[in-house]
Amino acid sequence: MKSTPLYRLQQALGKSIPILILTIYSLIALFPIVMVLINSFKAKKAIFGAPFELPDSATFSLIGYQTVTSRATFPTYFLNSSIVTFTALVLTLLIGAMAAFALSEYDFLGNAMTALYLSIGIMIPIRLGTVGILRLMVSLRLVNTLTGLILVYVAQALPLTIFILSQFMRQVPKDLKDAARIDGASEYRIFGMVLPLIRPALGAIGIFTMIPIWNDLWFPLILAPSSKTATVTLGVQQFLGQFVSDWNAVLASLTLAMIPILILYIVFSRQMIRSITAGAIK
Amino acid sequence: MQQTSRRRPFPIHVLVFLAPAILLYTVFMVFPLINSLRLSFFEIGSQNQMSFNGIQNYIKLFTNSNFAPFFWRALKNNFIFFAVHMLVQNPIGLLLAALLAEGGKLRNFFRTVIFMPTVLSVVIIGFIWQLILNPLWGVAESMLKAIHLGYLFGPWLGKPDSALVTVSLISVWQFVGIPMILFYAVLIGIPEELTEAARVDGATGWETFWRVKFPLILPTVGIVGILTFVGNFNAFDLIYTMKGANAGPDFSTDIMGTFFYRTFFGQQLQLGNPTMGATVAAMMFLIILIGVLLYMFLWARRVQTYEL
Repeated sequence: MKSTPLYRLQQALGKSIPILILTIYSLIALFPIVMVLINSFKAKKAIFGAPFELPDSATFSLIGYQTVTSRATFPTYFLNSSIVTFTALVLTLLIGAMAAFALSEYDFLGNAMTALYLSIGIMIPIRLGTVGILRLMVSLRLVNTLTGLILVYVAQALPLTIFILSQFMRQVPKDLKDAARIDGASEYRIFGMVLPLIRPALGAIGIFTMIPIWNDLWFPLILAPSSKTATVTLGVQQFLGQFVSDWNAVLASLTLAMIPILILYIVFSRQMIRSITAGAIK
Repeated sequence: MQQTSRRRPFPIHVLVFLAPAILLYTVFMVFPLINSLRLSFFEIGSQNQMSFNGIQNYIKLFTNSNFAPFFWRALKNNFIFFAVHMLVQNPIGLLLAALLAEGGKLRNFFRTVIFMPTVLSVVIIGFIWQLILNPLWGVAESMLKAIHLGYLFGPWLGKPDSALVTVSLISVWQFVGIPMILFYAVLIGIPEELTEAARVDGATGWETFWRVKFPLILPTVGIVGILTFVGNFNAFDLIYTMKGANAGPDFSTDIMGTFFYRTFFGQQLQLGNPTMGATVAAMMFLIILIGVLLYMFLWARRVQTYEL
Protein backbone atom coordinates (compact mmCIF):
# COMPACT_ATOMS: atom_id res chain seq x y z
CA MET A 1 0.00 0.00 0.00
CA LYS A 2 2.85 2.34 0.80
CA SER A 3 3.98 2.60 -2.80
CA THR A 4 0.64 3.22 -4.51
CA PRO A 5 0.54 6.31 -6.71
CA LEU A 6 -2.17 7.76 -4.48
CA TYR A 7 0.10 7.53 -1.45
CA ARG A 8 2.95 9.18 -3.32
CA LEU A 9 0.59 11.92 -4.47
CA GLN A 10 -0.42 12.50 -0.87
CA GLN A 11 3.20 12.67 0.20
CA ALA A 12 4.02 15.15 -2.53
CA LEU A 13 1.00 17.31 -1.65
CA GLY A 14 1.87 17.10 2.03
CA LYS A 15 5.26 18.59 1.24
CA SER A 16 4.22 21.22 -1.28
CA ILE A 17 1.05 22.63 0.28
CA PRO A 18 2.87 24.11 3.30
CA ILE A 19 5.44 25.66 0.97
CA LEU A 20 2.65 27.04 -1.20
CA ILE A 21 0.81 28.61 1.74
CA LEU A 22 4.02 30.09 3.14
CA THR A 23 4.96 31.47 -0.27
CA ILE A 24 1.57 33.09 -0.73
CA TYR A 25 1.68 34.61 2.72
CA SER A 26 5.23 35.85 2.20
CA LEU A 27 4.06 37.61 -0.95
CA ILE A 28 1.23 39.23 0.99
CA ALA A 29 3.72 40.39 3.61
CA LEU A 30 6.25 41.71 1.11
CA PHE A 31 4.03 43.13 -1.60
CA PRO A 32 3.03 46.49 -0.05
CA ILE A 33 6.61 47.17 1.06
CA VAL A 34 8.02 46.32 -2.37
CA MET A 35 5.40 48.48 -4.09
CA VAL A 36 6.55 51.52 -2.12
CA LEU A 37 10.25 50.77 -2.64
CA ILE A 38 10.10 50.34 -6.42
CA ASN A 39 7.70 53.20 -7.08
CA SER A 40 9.76 55.64 -5.05
CA PHE A 41 12.34 55.52 -7.87
CA LYS A 42 9.88 56.30 -10.66
CA ALA A 43 8.53 59.42 -12.27
CA LYS A 44 4.98 60.30 -11.37
CA LYS A 45 3.59 59.17 -14.70
CA ALA A 46 5.04 55.68 -14.25
CA ILE A 47 3.85 55.42 -10.65
CA PHE A 48 0.31 55.61 -11.91
CA GLY A 49 0.77 54.16 -15.39
CA ALA A 50 2.74 51.05 -14.49
CA PRO A 51 2.80 50.62 -10.72
CA PHE A 52 3.84 46.95 -10.81
CA GLU A 53 6.89 47.38 -12.98
CA LEU A 54 10.44 47.92 -11.85
CA PRO A 55 11.87 51.34 -12.74
CA ASP A 56 13.76 51.35 -16.05
CA SER A 57 15.82 53.98 -17.81
CA ALA A 58 12.68 55.67 -19.13
CA THR A 59 10.79 55.79 -15.85
CA PHE A 60 13.64 56.19 -13.34
CA SER A 61 13.48 59.39 -11.34
CA LEU A 62 14.79 60.69 -8.04
CA ILE A 63 12.49 63.68 -7.91
CA GLY A 64 10.80 62.43 -4.72
CA TYR A 65 14.13 62.11 -2.92
CA GLN A 66 15.12 65.60 -4.08
CA THR A 67 11.93 67.04 -2.61
CA VAL A 68 12.47 65.24 0.67
CA THR A 69 16.17 66.02 1.08
CA SER A 70 15.67 69.65 0.10
CA ARG A 71 13.85 70.01 3.37
CA ALA A 72 16.69 70.27 5.83
CA THR A 73 14.67 68.86 8.71
CA PHE A 74 15.04 65.22 7.75
CA PRO A 75 18.64 64.81 8.92
CA THR A 76 17.61 66.40 12.23
CA TYR A 77 14.84 63.85 12.65
CA PHE A 78 17.27 61.02 12.03
CA LEU A 79 19.75 62.46 14.48
CA ASN A 80 17.05 62.89 17.14
CA SER A 81 15.79 59.34 16.71
CA SER A 82 19.31 57.99 16.86
CA ILE A 83 20.22 59.92 20.01
CA VAL A 84 17.00 58.95 21.79
CA THR A 85 17.11 55.30 20.76
CA PHE A 86 20.81 54.80 21.44
CA THR A 87 20.89 56.56 24.82
CA ALA A 88 17.71 54.87 26.02
CA LEU A 89 19.08 51.53 24.88
CA VAL A 90 22.41 51.86 26.70
CA LEU A 91 20.75 53.10 29.88
CA THR A 92 18.11 50.35 29.80
CA LEU A 93 20.68 47.61 29.34
CA LEU A 94 23.06 48.93 32.02
CA ILE A 95 20.48 49.84 34.65
CA GLY A 96 18.36 46.79 33.84
CA ALA A 97 21.32 44.42 34.10
CA MET A 98 22.35 45.94 37.44
CA ALA A 99 18.87 45.44 38.90
CA ALA A 100 18.57 41.96 37.39
CA PHE A 101 21.92 41.07 38.95
CA ALA A 102 20.80 42.25 42.37
CA LEU A 103 17.53 40.32 42.14
CA SER A 104 19.03 37.07 40.88
CA GLU A 105 22.25 37.09 42.92
CA TYR A 106 21.35 38.24 46.40
CA ASP A 107 18.87 36.82 48.82
CA PHE A 108 18.10 40.13 50.55
CA LEU A 109 15.05 41.10 52.51
CA GLY A 110 12.26 42.20 50.16
CA ASN A 111 13.69 40.56 47.07
CA ALA A 112 10.39 38.97 46.03
CA MET A 113 8.49 42.19 46.71
CA THR A 114 10.91 44.23 44.62
CA ALA A 115 10.66 41.76 41.75
CA LEU A 116 6.86 41.88 41.93
CA TYR A 117 6.84 45.69 42.08
CA LEU A 118 9.03 45.89 38.99
CA SER A 119 7.03 43.30 37.07
CA ILE A 120 3.76 45.25 37.33
CA GLY A 121 5.14 47.41 34.55
CA ILE A 122 5.33 44.46 32.16
CA MET A 123 1.57 44.30 31.81
CA ILE A 124 0.45 47.88 32.44
CA PRO A 125 1.19 50.10 29.43
CA ILE A 126 3.02 53.30 30.35
CA ARG A 127 0.77 55.28 27.99
CA LEU A 128 -2.02 55.14 30.55
CA GLY A 129 0.07 57.43 32.73
CA THR A 130 0.45 60.03 29.98
CA VAL A 131 -1.46 62.75 31.81
CA GLY A 132 0.84 62.33 34.81
CA ILE A 133 3.95 62.06 32.65
CA LEU A 134 3.19 65.30 30.81
CA ARG A 135 2.61 67.15 34.10
CA LEU A 136 5.84 65.76 35.49
CA MET A 137 7.77 66.79 32.38
CA VAL A 138 6.27 70.27 32.52
CA SER A 139 7.38 70.70 36.12
CA LEU A 140 10.85 69.32 35.36
CA ARG A 141 11.04 71.58 32.28
CA LEU A 142 11.66 68.55 30.09
CA VAL A 143 8.91 69.15 27.54
CA ASN A 144 10.33 69.33 24.02
CA THR A 145 13.63 67.82 25.08
CA LEU A 146 15.14 64.53 24.04
CA THR A 147 16.02 63.88 27.70
CA GLY A 148 12.33 63.67 28.58
CA LEU A 149 11.73 61.07 25.89
CA ILE A 150 14.78 59.05 26.93
CA LEU A 151 13.69 58.92 30.59
CA VAL A 152 10.21 57.71 29.66
CA TYR A 153 11.53 55.06 27.29
CA VAL A 154 14.00 53.73 29.86
CA ALA A 155 11.24 53.51 32.48
CA GLN A 156 9.02 51.75 29.96
CA ALA A 157 11.64 49.20 28.92
CA LEU A 158 13.06 48.38 32.37
CA PRO A 159 10.42 45.96 33.73
CA LEU A 160 10.65 43.42 30.91
CA THR A 161 14.42 43.85 30.60
CA ILE A 162 14.93 43.11 34.29
CA PHE A 163 12.56 40.16 34.17
CA ILE A 164 14.30 38.50 31.22
CA LEU A 165 17.86 39.33 32.26
CA SER A 166 17.42 37.94 35.76
CA GLN A 167 16.33 34.63 34.20
CA PHE A 168 19.51 34.55 32.18
CA MET A 169 21.67 35.61 35.12
CA ARG A 170 20.38 32.72 37.21
CA GLN A 171 21.93 30.37 34.68
CA VAL A 172 25.45 31.71 35.14
CA PRO A 173 27.29 28.99 37.15
CA LYS A 174 27.62 29.79 40.82
CA ASP A 175 31.11 28.26 41.08
CA LEU A 176 32.44 30.91 38.78
CA LYS A 177 31.23 33.76 40.94
CA ASP A 178 32.20 32.08 44.20
CA ALA A 179 35.70 31.42 42.91
CA ALA A 180 36.05 35.12 42.12
CA ARG A 181 34.73 36.00 45.57
CA ILE A 182 37.34 33.78 47.20
CA ASP A 183 39.96 35.60 45.15
CA GLY A 184 38.72 38.77 46.79
CA ALA A 185 36.78 40.28 43.89
CA SER A 186 34.24 42.93 44.88
CA GLU A 187 30.57 42.46 44.03
CA TYR A 188 30.88 45.18 41.37
CA ARG A 189 33.76 43.29 39.80
CA ILE A 190 31.67 40.10 39.73
CA PHE A 191 28.86 42.00 38.00
CA GLY A 192 31.38 43.10 35.40
CA MET A 193 32.40 39.49 34.99
CA VAL A 194 28.84 38.20 34.54
CA LEU A 195 27.83 40.81 31.95
CA PRO A 196 29.84 39.39 29.01
CA LEU A 197 28.47 35.93 29.82
CA ILE A 198 24.90 37.02 29.06
CA ARG A 199 25.84 38.96 25.93
CA PRO A 200 23.37 37.06 23.67
CA ALA A 201 20.49 37.98 25.97
CA LEU A 202 21.63 41.60 26.09
CA GLY A 203 21.74 41.68 22.28
CA ALA A 204 18.24 40.27 21.92
CA ILE A 205 16.74 42.61 24.48
CA GLY A 206 18.65 45.45 22.87
CA ILE A 207 16.93 44.91 19.54
CA PHE A 208 13.53 44.49 21.15
CA THR A 209 13.99 47.66 23.15
CA MET A 210 15.21 49.63 20.17
CA ILE A 211 12.48 48.89 17.65
CA PRO A 212 9.49 50.16 19.66
CA ILE A 213 11.43 53.27 20.70
CA TRP A 214 12.45 54.11 17.13
CA ASN A 215 8.89 53.45 15.92
CA ASP A 216 6.96 55.19 18.69
CA LEU A 217 4.61 57.98 17.71
CA TRP A 218 2.74 58.63 20.96
CA PHE A 219 5.41 60.14 23.22
CA PRO A 220 7.18 62.23 20.55
CA LEU A 221 3.76 63.60 19.63
CA ILE A 222 2.89 64.48 23.21
CA LEU A 223 6.20 65.22 24.95
CA ALA A 224 8.46 66.54 22.18
CA PRO A 225 6.47 67.70 19.14
CA SER A 226 8.69 70.70 18.29
CA SER A 227 10.48 70.54 14.95
CA LYS A 228 13.84 70.61 16.75
CA THR A 229 13.08 67.50 18.80
CA ALA A 230 10.83 65.54 16.43
CA THR A 231 11.88 61.94 15.79
CA VAL A 232 11.77 60.24 12.40
CA THR A 233 8.44 58.59 13.10
CA LEU A 234 6.80 61.85 14.11
CA GLY A 235 8.58 63.81 11.38
CA VAL A 236 7.46 61.41 8.67
CA GLN A 237 3.93 61.44 10.04
CA GLN A 238 3.77 65.25 9.88
CA PHE A 239 5.61 65.51 6.59
CA LEU A 240 3.28 63.00 4.94
CA GLY A 241 0.29 64.86 6.30
CA GLN A 242 1.42 67.99 4.42
CA PHE A 243 2.63 66.38 1.21
CA VAL A 244 -0.16 63.90 0.85
CA SER A 245 -0.74 64.75 -2.81
CA ASP A 246 2.95 64.69 -3.81
CA TRP A 247 3.23 60.97 -4.49
CA ASN A 248 6.93 61.07 -5.33
CA ALA A 249 7.77 62.76 -2.04
CA VAL A 250 5.47 60.48 -0.04
CA LEU A 251 6.97 57.29 -1.50
CA ALA A 252 10.53 58.60 -1.11
CA SER A 253 10.06 59.61 2.52
CA LEU A 254 8.43 56.28 3.36
CA THR A 255 11.38 54.50 1.79
CA LEU A 256 13.89 56.65 3.67
CA ALA A 257 12.10 55.99 6.94
CA MET A 258 11.96 52.23 6.31
CA ILE A 259 15.52 51.64 5.13
CA PRO A 260 17.44 51.93 8.45
CA ILE A 261 15.10 49.56 10.26
CA LEU A 262 14.97 47.12 7.34
CA ILE A 263 18.77 46.97 7.09
CA LEU A 264 19.08 46.48 10.84
CA TYR A 265 16.42 43.80 10.72
CA ILE A 266 17.92 41.89 7.82
CA VAL A 267 21.36 41.94 9.44
CA PHE A 268 20.12 40.84 12.86
CA SER A 269 16.96 38.88 12.03
CA ARG A 270 18.54 35.50 12.61
CA GLN A 271 19.91 36.33 16.06
CA MET A 272 16.73 38.15 16.91
CA ILE A 273 14.40 35.29 16.05
CA ARG A 274 16.74 32.73 17.54
CA SER A 275 16.80 34.62 20.82
CA ILE A 276 13.00 34.75 21.02
CA THR A 277 12.73 31.06 20.32
CA ALA A 278 15.47 30.31 22.86
CA GLY A 279 13.85 32.58 25.44
CA ALA A 280 10.41 31.13 24.94
CA ILE A 281 11.57 27.56 25.40
CA LYS A 282 13.13 28.35 28.74
CA MET B 1 14.32 29.88 58.39
CA GLN B 2 17.78 29.14 57.25
CA GLN B 3 20.08 32.11 57.11
CA THR B 4 22.60 31.87 54.31
CA SER B 5 25.93 33.56 54.75
CA ARG B 6 25.02 36.29 52.23
CA ARG B 7 21.69 37.11 53.80
CA ARG B 8 22.22 40.42 55.48
CA PRO B 9 19.51 43.00 56.15
CA PHE B 10 20.43 45.14 53.19
CA PRO B 11 24.01 45.24 51.92
CA ILE B 12 25.07 48.51 50.37
CA HIS B 13 26.02 47.03 46.98
CA VAL B 14 22.50 45.64 46.55
CA LEU B 15 21.22 49.16 47.00
CA VAL B 16 23.71 50.49 44.43
CA PHE B 17 22.60 47.87 41.89
CA LEU B 18 18.89 48.39 42.45
CA ALA B 19 18.58 52.12 43.09
CA PRO B 20 18.80 53.48 39.51
CA ALA B 21 16.18 51.06 38.15
CA ILE B 22 13.79 51.51 41.05
CA LEU B 23 14.22 55.27 40.94
CA LEU B 24 13.62 55.71 37.20
CA TYR B 25 10.77 53.21 37.14
CA THR B 26 9.08 54.80 40.14
CA VAL B 27 9.51 58.43 39.09
CA PHE B 28 8.68 58.08 35.39
CA MET B 29 6.23 55.20 35.35
CA VAL B 30 4.61 54.31 38.67
CA PHE B 31 4.24 57.84 40.02
CA PRO B 32 2.71 59.29 36.81
CA LEU B 33 0.34 56.31 36.59
CA ILE B 34 -0.85 56.80 40.16
CA ASN B 35 -1.00 60.55 39.66
CA SER B 36 -3.13 60.06 36.53
CA LEU B 37 -5.52 57.88 38.48
CA ARG B 38 -5.62 60.52 41.22
CA LEU B 39 -6.26 63.34 38.75
CA SER B 40 -9.34 61.54 37.49
CA PHE B 41 -10.99 62.64 40.75
CA PHE B 42 -10.12 66.32 40.24
CA GLU B 43 -11.20 69.13 38.00
CA ILE B 44 -9.30 72.09 36.64
CA GLY B 45 -10.76 75.49 37.34
CA SER B 46 -10.48 78.58 35.17
CA GLN B 47 -7.39 79.72 37.09
CA ASN B 48 -5.73 76.38 36.34
CA GLN B 49 -6.20 75.34 39.97
CA MET B 50 -7.09 71.74 40.82
CA SER B 51 -10.02 70.92 43.01
CA PHE B 52 -11.28 67.58 44.21
CA ASN B 53 -14.66 66.66 42.79
CA GLY B 54 -15.11 63.03 43.75
CA ILE B 55 -16.48 60.79 41.04
CA GLN B 56 -17.99 63.71 39.07
CA ASN B 57 -15.67 63.02 36.11
CA TYR B 58 -16.84 59.44 35.93
CA ILE B 59 -20.46 60.48 36.12
CA LYS B 60 -19.78 62.95 33.32
CA LEU B 61 -18.06 60.27 31.25
CA PHE B 62 -21.07 57.98 31.53
CA THR B 63 -23.91 60.50 31.29
CA ASN B 64 -22.79 63.70 29.52
CA SER B 65 -23.74 63.73 25.86
CA ASN B 66 -20.28 65.09 24.96
CA PHE B 67 -18.61 62.01 26.39
CA ALA B 68 -20.88 59.03 26.96
CA PRO B 69 -21.79 58.19 23.34
CA PHE B 70 -18.13 58.57 22.34
CA PHE B 71 -16.95 56.40 25.20
CA TRP B 72 -19.34 53.55 24.44
CA ARG B 73 -18.63 53.72 20.73
CA ALA B 74 -14.86 53.69 21.33
CA LEU B 75 -15.24 50.75 23.70
CA LYS B 76 -17.40 48.81 21.24
CA ASN B 77 -15.03 49.57 18.37
CA ASN B 78 -12.11 48.50 20.51
CA PHE B 79 -13.75 45.14 21.16
CA ILE B 80 -14.32 44.72 17.41
CA PHE B 81 -10.67 45.65 16.82
CA PHE B 82 -9.68 43.02 19.40
CA ALA B 83 -12.07 40.40 17.98
CA VAL B 84 -10.58 40.76 14.49
CA HIS B 85 -7.11 40.21 15.96
CA MET B 86 -8.22 37.15 17.91
CA LEU B 87 -10.15 35.62 15.01
CA VAL B 88 -7.77 36.45 12.18
CA GLN B 89 -4.31 37.34 13.42
CA ASN B 90 -3.82 34.61 16.01
CA PRO B 91 -5.19 31.65 13.98
CA ILE B 92 -3.12 32.72 10.95
CA GLY B 93 -0.12 33.12 13.25
CA LEU B 94 -0.68 29.60 14.54
CA LEU B 95 -1.09 28.17 11.05
CA LEU B 96 2.08 29.82 9.78
CA ALA B 97 3.99 28.69 12.87
CA ALA B 98 2.81 25.10 12.42
CA LEU B 99 3.88 25.13 8.78
CA LEU B 100 7.24 26.69 9.61
CA ALA B 101 7.86 24.16 12.37
CA GLU B 102 7.60 21.37 9.79
CA GLY B 103 11.04 22.42 8.63
CA GLY B 104 12.28 22.74 5.08
CA LYS B 105 15.07 24.64 3.43
CA LEU B 106 13.23 27.90 3.01
CA ARG B 107 12.11 28.10 6.63
CA ASN B 108 14.47 30.90 7.62
CA PHE B 109 13.54 32.91 4.57
CA PHE B 110 9.80 32.65 5.18
CA ARG B 111 10.22 33.45 8.84
CA THR B 112 12.27 36.57 8.12
CA VAL B 113 9.89 37.84 5.43
CA ILE B 114 6.67 37.25 7.37
CA PHE B 115 8.05 38.95 10.48
CA MET B 116 9.30 41.96 8.50
CA PRO B 117 6.20 44.21 8.68
CA THR B 118 6.23 43.80 12.46
CA VAL B 119 9.49 45.70 12.85
CA LEU B 120 8.34 48.69 10.79
CA SER B 121 6.74 51.68 12.39
CA VAL B 122 2.94 51.74 12.48
CA VAL B 123 3.11 55.17 10.84
CA ILE B 124 4.90 53.71 7.81
CA ILE B 125 2.52 50.76 7.62
CA GLY B 126 -0.49 53.04 7.87
CA PHE B 127 0.67 55.24 5.01
CA ILE B 128 1.71 52.30 2.84
CA TRP B 129 -1.73 50.76 3.09
CA GLN B 130 -3.41 54.08 2.52
CA LEU B 131 -1.55 54.27 -0.77
CA ILE B 132 -2.22 50.64 -1.71
CA LEU B 133 -5.95 50.95 -1.03
CA ASN B 134 -6.23 54.39 -2.61
CA PRO B 135 -8.62 54.15 -5.58
CA LEU B 136 -6.57 56.91 -7.25
CA TRP B 137 -3.54 54.64 -7.46
CA GLY B 138 -5.69 51.60 -8.09
CA VAL B 139 -3.11 49.03 -7.05
CA ALA B 140 -5.47 47.03 -4.84
CA GLU B 141 -8.19 47.20 -7.47
CA SER B 142 -6.01 45.88 -10.28
CA MET B 143 -4.73 43.10 -8.01
CA LEU B 144 -8.30 42.02 -7.30
CA LYS B 145 -9.20 42.28 -10.98
CA ALA B 146 -6.31 39.97 -11.81
CA ILE B 147 -7.96 37.24 -9.74
CA HIS B 148 -11.44 38.17 -11.06
CA LEU B 149 -12.58 39.69 -7.80
CA GLY B 150 -12.48 43.28 -9.01
CA TYR B 151 -16.16 43.84 -8.15
CA LEU B 152 -15.27 43.46 -4.45
CA PHE B 153 -13.17 46.58 -4.45
CA GLY B 154 -14.49 49.72 -2.82
CA PRO B 155 -13.22 52.70 -0.89
CA TRP B 156 -13.04 50.51 2.21
CA LEU B 157 -11.18 53.03 4.32
CA GLY B 158 -13.63 55.79 3.51
CA LYS B 159 -16.87 54.03 4.31
CA PRO B 160 -18.11 54.03 7.92
CA ASP B 161 -19.26 50.42 7.80
CA SER B 162 -16.00 48.98 6.49
CA ALA B 163 -13.30 51.36 7.78
CA LEU B 164 -12.88 49.77 11.22
CA VAL B 165 -12.53 46.21 9.93
CA THR B 166 -10.14 47.41 7.21
CA VAL B 167 -7.92 49.18 9.73
CA SER B 168 -8.07 46.13 12.02
CA LEU B 169 -6.97 43.86 9.17
CA ILE B 170 -4.06 46.17 8.36
CA SER B 171 -2.98 45.90 11.99
CA VAL B 172 -3.37 42.12 11.73
CA TRP B 173 -1.21 42.12 8.61
CA GLN B 174 1.50 44.00 10.48
CA PHE B 175 1.53 42.06 13.72
CA VAL B 176 0.82 38.47 12.63
CA GLY B 177 4.57 37.86 13.06
CA ILE B 178 4.30 38.09 16.85
CA PRO B 179 1.88 35.18 17.47
CA MET B 180 3.67 33.30 14.70
CA ILE B 181 7.05 33.56 16.34
CA LEU B 182 5.72 32.80 19.84
CA PHE B 183 3.88 29.68 18.66
CA TYR B 184 6.81 28.67 16.52
CA ALA B 185 9.18 28.88 19.47
CA VAL B 186 7.09 26.42 21.46
CA LEU B 187 6.35 24.12 18.54
CA ILE B 188 10.01 23.55 17.70
CA GLY B 189 10.63 22.77 21.37
CA ILE B 190 8.30 19.76 21.33
CA PRO B 191 10.46 16.61 21.41
CA GLU B 192 10.42 14.42 18.29
CA GLU B 193 9.59 11.31 20.32
CA LEU B 194 6.13 12.64 21.19
CA THR B 195 5.03 13.29 17.62
CA GLU B 196 6.85 10.19 16.39
CA ALA B 197 4.92 8.03 18.84
CA ALA B 198 1.63 9.42 17.58
CA ARG B 199 2.67 8.80 14.00
CA VAL B 200 3.58 5.20 14.74
CA ASP B 201 0.11 4.76 16.22
CA GLY B 202 -1.25 5.78 12.82
CA ALA B 203 -2.26 9.38 13.52
CA THR B 204 -2.32 11.77 10.56
CA GLY B 205 -0.43 15.05 10.62
CA TRP B 206 -3.69 16.85 11.37
CA GLU B 207 -4.51 14.58 14.31
CA THR B 208 -0.98 14.78 15.66
CA PHE B 209 -1.20 18.55 15.64
CA TRP B 210 -4.50 18.84 17.50
CA ARG B 211 -4.10 15.89 19.86
CA VAL B 212 -0.41 16.10 20.71
CA LYS B 213 0.99 19.52 19.88
CA PHE B 214 -1.97 21.81 20.55
CA PRO B 215 -2.40 20.80 24.23
CA LEU B 216 1.28 21.53 24.69
CA ILE B 217 0.98 25.05 23.29
CA LEU B 218 -2.19 25.97 25.19
CA PRO B 219 -0.25 28.13 27.70
CA THR B 220 1.14 30.11 24.76
CA VAL B 221 -2.37 30.53 23.35
CA GLY B 222 -3.23 32.29 26.60
CA ILE B 223 -0.11 34.45 26.53
CA VAL B 224 -0.78 35.46 22.92
CA GLY B 225 -4.38 36.25 23.86
CA ILE B 226 -3.50 38.54 26.76
CA LEU B 227 -0.70 40.25 24.80
CA THR B 228 -3.20 40.91 22.01
CA PHE B 229 -5.72 42.27 24.50
CA VAL B 230 -3.30 44.65 26.21
CA GLY B 231 -1.84 45.77 22.88
CA ASN B 232 -5.25 46.38 21.30
CA PHE B 233 -6.72 48.34 24.20
CA ASN B 234 -3.65 50.54 24.18
CA ALA B 235 -3.52 51.01 20.39
CA PHE B 236 -3.47 54.48 18.91
CA ASP B 237 -0.75 55.04 16.29
CA LEU B 238 -2.34 53.25 13.34
CA ILE B 239 -5.73 54.93 13.60
CA TYR B 240 -4.18 58.33 14.28
CA THR B 241 -1.95 57.93 11.22
CA MET B 242 -4.62 56.67 8.86
CA LYS B 243 -7.70 58.46 10.09
CA GLY B 244 -6.47 61.31 12.30
CA ALA B 245 -7.46 62.11 15.88
CA ASN B 246 -11.11 62.24 14.86
CA ALA B 247 -10.96 58.59 13.78
CA GLY B 248 -13.19 59.12 10.78
CA PRO B 249 -15.28 58.63 8.86
CA ASP B 250 -17.82 59.78 11.41
CA PHE B 251 -15.83 58.34 14.36
CA SER B 252 -16.33 54.84 12.96
CA THR B 253 -12.70 53.87 13.71
CA ASP B 254 -12.55 55.56 17.11
CA ILE B 255 -11.00 53.30 19.76
CA MET B 256 -10.03 53.96 23.38
CA GLY B 257 -6.58 55.30 22.47
CA THR B 258 -7.87 57.95 20.04
CA PHE B 259 -10.74 58.84 22.37
CA PHE B 260 -8.22 59.32 25.19
CA TYR B 261 -6.03 61.51 22.99
CA ARG B 262 -8.94 63.73 21.91
CA THR B 263 -10.30 64.05 25.43
CA PHE B 264 -6.86 64.98 26.76
CA PHE B 265 -5.79 67.38 23.99
CA GLY B 266 -9.10 68.46 22.56
CA GLN B 267 -10.29 68.74 18.98
CA GLN B 268 -11.79 71.40 16.76
CA LEU B 269 -14.94 72.05 18.76
CA GLN B 270 -13.84 71.04 22.21
CA LEU B 271 -11.00 72.12 24.45
CA GLY B 272 -8.67 69.52 25.85
CA ASN B 273 -9.29 68.46 29.42
CA PRO B 274 -6.45 66.77 31.33
CA THR B 275 -8.57 65.48 34.18
CA MET B 276 -11.22 64.05 31.86
CA GLY B 277 -8.33 62.55 29.89
CA ALA B 278 -7.10 61.00 33.11
CA THR B 279 -10.59 59.61 33.67
CA VAL B 280 -10.58 57.94 30.25
CA ALA B 281 -7.07 56.59 30.96
CA ALA B 282 -8.32 55.25 34.29
CA MET B 283 -11.09 53.39 32.48
CA MET B 284 -8.54 51.94 30.05
CA PHE B 285 -6.44 50.94 33.04
CA LEU B 286 -9.46 49.22 34.57
CA ILE B 287 -10.28 47.37 31.34
CA ILE B 288 -6.71 46.16 30.92
CA LEU B 289 -6.52 45.20 34.59
CA ILE B 290 -9.73 43.16 34.32
CA GLY B 291 -8.32 41.44 31.23
CA VAL B 292 -5.05 40.61 32.95
CA LEU B 293 -6.79 39.35 36.09
CA LEU B 294 -9.21 37.20 34.06
CA TYR B 295 -6.24 35.75 32.24
CA MET B 296 -4.34 35.07 35.46
CA PHE B 297 -7.18 33.50 37.40
CA LEU B 298 -9.41 31.92 34.79
CA TRP B 299 -6.87 30.83 32.21
CA ALA B 300 -3.36 30.56 33.54
CA ARG B 301 -4.45 28.64 36.63
CA ARG B 302 -6.52 26.07 34.78
CA VAL B 303 -4.31 25.40 31.83
CA GLN B 304 -1.74 22.81 32.60
CA THR B 305 1.83 23.60 31.70
CA TYR B 306 3.81 20.57 30.65
CA GLU B 307 7.48 20.51 31.46
CA LEU B 308 9.18 19.33 28.26
